[in-house]
Amino acid sequence: MSAANPTAVPGSRTRRHRVISTRTLLSIVTTVAGIVIGLAMLLPVIWMVFTAFKPENDIVTFPPELLPRHFTLQHFIDVWDRIPFARLYLNTILFAGAVTVISLFFDSMAAYALARLQFRGREIVFVGILILLMLPFQVTLVPLYDMLNSIGLTNTVPGMIIPRMTNAFGIFFLRQFFLALPNDLEEAARIDGAGEWRIYRQIILPIAKPALLTLGLFHFQYNWNDLLWPLIMSSDLDNATLPAGLALFMGQHVVEYGLLMAGSLLALLPVVIFFLVIQRSFVAGIATTGIK
Amino acid sequence: MTRTAWLFLTPSLVVLIAFTVYPMIQAGYLSLTNYNLIRAAQWVGFANYRQLFADPAFWNAFENTVIYAVGVTPVTVVLALLLAIFLNRQFVGRGFVRTAIFLPFIVSLGIIAIAWSFLLDPNIGLVSYWLGKVGLVSKQGLLSDPHWALPAVMFVGVWKNVGFYMVMYLAGLQSIPGDLQEAARLDGANAWQRFRSVTLPLLSNQTMLVSVMALIASLQAFDQIYVMTHGGPFFRTETLVMLIYREGFQNLQFGYASAISWVLLIFVFLLSILQFGYFQRRQVRY
Repeated sequence: MSAANPTAVPGSRTRRHRVISTRTLLSIVTTVAGIVIGLAMLLPVIWMVFTAFKPENDIVTFPPELLPRHFTLQHFIDVWDRIPFARLYLNTILFAGAVTVISLFFDSMAAYALARLQFRGREIVFVGILILLMLPFQVTLVPLYDMLNSIGLTNTVPGMIIPRMTNAFGIFFLRQFFLALPNDLEEAARIDGAGEWRIYRQIILPIAKPALLTLGLFHFQYNWNDLLWPLIMSSDLDNATLPAGLALFMGQHVVEYGLLMAGSLLALLPVVIFFLVIQRSFVAGIATTGIK
Repeated sequence: MTRTAWLFLTPSLVVLIAFTVYPMIQAGYLSLTNYNLIRAAQWVGFANYRQLFADPAFWNAFENTVIYAVGVTPVTVVLALLLAIFLNRQFVGRGFVRTAIFLPFIVSLGIIAIAWSFLLDPNIGLVSYWLGKVGLVSKQGLLSDPHWALPAVMFVGVWKNVGFYMVMYLAGLQSIPGDLQEAARLDGANAWQRFRSVTLPLLSNQTMLVSVMALIASLQAFDQIYVMTHGGPFFRTETLVMLIYREGFQNLQFGYASAISWVLLIFVFLLSILQFGYFQRRQVRY
């Protein structure tokens, strides 16, 4: 505490004391304000958690209450029967998982060529990718649906995955990261006679692990959370992902509050856990994109 | 070298051309035809665009989109800046607050919007009940009230993204050298003057980037609107993307929906060009 104001003149004890207590008071106010803001932001999530464990009678009482009076696991049991929930879960894992893995692979290959290799046409390809970054993807929805429908891929998970096997933002993001890497390692390997494929696999990819992790979470959460694309691609619950499936179910059974909240909670959990585990590098990744 | 480079590019280029570039051009072609899934495409010239500009449903969606964007963008940016400044100081519990503000950005808007629509429900909704206590009463509930439905989905839009832009501002704040603030303090500048003359100008890069990103994202609003209001009541929350969805995938008017999507494309592209031009000019000036 006494270190808080090292410049205070010895002897002016009362003044120093007052300075410290004002500062302490300020920090208490700041902490309280911060926690109130944080809890307010989390209100829908907190309410979701409490409601998922409340019996239906407690949910519909008036006036509504936040904290549960009774505790039940019934909604978590029912959700697997009333909705093809296991199926939705599997579809979502397959969709988000496959898109993440394939896209990381293809994005990094393209980014390697654009950042580390000299060739004719490089600028044109890069400008093309920048232009794609500026265009809203919604414009592709109708023709894409039409195309996949004509080859029988609508209502299937592969049909959802295929158009997303690469991503213009992913290529751009990794290119920026690769550009900043030093040349020395690569040059040494080239002198030793290593081919480009080996350099990409054994030198560049291992160094790029933090960037790949950040981009991986971007891809995973974007596709896990996406609503519009899976909604268009699935005409029934069996082929939908979690967001599309829950939205479709809500459209038909709006009053099953507890069940919907239990399902929603289970659907949000993987992304939240994934995020909390690699939060630090994820936030750092956003920060660097923002500065460039 | 050239051959190897193109081999590295091939998978991405094939996917981008087949599933992004080609569909965009195809949408342009379809917008000039009368096409639904059942009947083959018939060339109609600019009839869809003529119909579009005379269609009250289009102008309604356009107006809602503009109101949404003009309302949500500045509120999100200013809130993100205020929160970043608040979180840039040391205090107990800062990590929790930062995570709590950022969390809405990583959860599915389509899913969390289910919780929001229950919170705003006139019968069981906790937020509805609290709003009633402070005198803001809407009998049918905010989401069924033609005056309140759009502000309600806009509020959820701000709530969802503010943490993302806050992180960008935080990165900007942390890159400002401490001695600049110190120098201003020694010159007798108070907190507000330091903010106006030191912090804000040094954050202008972030402000520009964040504003354009927030604007472009808000022009594409869909998820929470689909879940909370489905475009209603009386189309009061129907945005351009909602209209594309309704015309394309509910009415199966593929030609007409493609025309609307091309209008959106041109709108967003022009804004992006403006952004690009602005950044180029700034780079010269500095």
